[in-house]
Amino acid sequence: MMTEALARQHRIALTGNDAVAYAVKQANVDVISAYPITPQTFVVETLSRYVNDGELNAKFISVESEHSALSAVIGASLAGARAFTATASQGLAYMWEALYAASGLRLPIVMALAARALSAPINIHNDHSDFFGMRDAGWIMFNGEEAQETYDLTIMAFKIAEDPRVLLPVVVSYDGFIVSHAITNFYALNDDVVREFLGVRTTGPKIDPENPRSYGVLALQDSYFEFKRQQYEAMENSRQVIKEVFQKYGEISGRNYKPLKEYMTSDAETCIVAMGSTVGTARHAVKTLREAGEKAGVVGILQYRPWPVKEAEQLFSRFKRIIIMEKVVSPGAKAGPVYEDIAATLYPNCNVKMIDFTYGLGGRDISTQGIIEIYRKGKELIDKGKTDRVHFHGVRGE
Amino acid sequence: MSTTVTWREIDLGGSVAGGTSEKYKTGNWRVEKPVIDYEKCVRCLICWLYCPEPAIIRNGNEVKIDYDYCKGCGICAEECPKKAITMVPEEI
Repeated sequence: MMTEALARQHRIALTGNDAVAYAVKQANVDVISAYPITPQTFVVETLSRYVNDGELNAKFISVESEHSALSAVIGASLAGARAFTATASQGLAYMWEALYAASGLRLPIVMALAARALSAPINIHNDHSDFFGMRDAGWIMFNGEEAQETYDLTIMAFKIAEDPRVLLPVVVSYDGFIVSHAITNFYALNDDVVREFLGVRTTGPKIDPENPRSYGVLALQDSYFEFKRQQYEAMENSRQVIKEVFQKYGEISGRNYKPLKEYMTSDAETCIVAMGSTVGTARHAVKTLREAGEKAGVVGILQYRPWPVKEAEQLFSRFKRIIIMEKVVSPGAKAGPVYEDIAATLYPNCNVKMIDFTYGLGGRDISTQGIIEIYRKGKELIDKGKTDRVHFHGVRGE
Repeated sequence: MSTTVTWREIDLGGSVAGGTSEKYKTGNWRVEKPVIDYEKCVRCLICWLYCPEPAIIRNGNEVKIDYDYCKGCGICAEECPKKAITMVPEEI
């Protein structure tokens, strides 16, 4: 890493949750609202300590549900505050209607999501069911593979959300327990560097008694469609803004982010696609596969919404086979959401053969050996033309 | 709301300057309209008290319905102690 970049930061060991709380403290948020009980993570517990100890000058609002948590943050954001909340699993599901209100009102809210399974049956462990459930809610969606990415993305999230060309809420997701509760080393920017990078929030809707306006209005057949079309455009605009923020953050930190993370892809014939902590394990598996003579590579998804269409088109059209690993199941669909995004990106110029694997639901562990098995089985099924359905890895009876 | 405003110009996030509800004539939601029989009406203003809109106009000793905003709920007709208000189907 560049010496100048190193001088701007310090090495620190924290859990994924505390890495998020640390970033939010440095972002100098004005308001945090959260439901403090399960399925909440200790992101907000740490933040409440920062507020109590005077390390963060913010208002911490404890509420009786996640629906209220996001609603309180929506109110705070409308008042011009830099506002944050965090949740997981059922908590996110309970926020559902407020998710659409936050994006429809064009509020630059940032939310952390320790991605976890959804009931029933009750489960507290990691998969991506909650994350993909908010796919169409109009939020910019990132996924951090480990604490470093999650910390960096949380800081960048405020910059992206508050850009006047965007003004949309951003969710930063990271794998529940695997990332959220594991302590790792990472580089954190110094406080003054973050303050300078983010500044204070000056954009977006702001209630002003001197200039009264109505927010959250009724818009029927004559105008609702125009508002939604404009909101769609904000998401399109965010592509360029994200690129610029990644670039600027790279100059400051020495860490250069891309929407899709590549590993050994330049000459790869068969590519594994994954999201979250699995990406690191997949790199290890590919290293082993390469030693056995396989032309394998990995693509990890960092930016899910907006889906990086151009980057995905250039990258995925190079491969012969794509094996997609998804920690989510979409009953009744042709395949999982990531498969569908890649297929839609490549269509109709698609000579690539694809196969979809669901794995790891409810926190079932995935190992290097497991990914090697998926790779070998996926390659074999593609070559036999058996790609007409989703395959399940690691479930008894398959 | 002007129907000529495109998505490029429309205000951010469905917010609008105040006072727009005055321009939004909700009277066309009505299926039945209340009609006052002034022979029976004693100007007691019970209808004025109960109207949720409020779409009963009170001007000195005069009482009349504001058909621009009356949604035709019929509460005035129900509450009128003199049965002076009748709900009449709107013509299509």
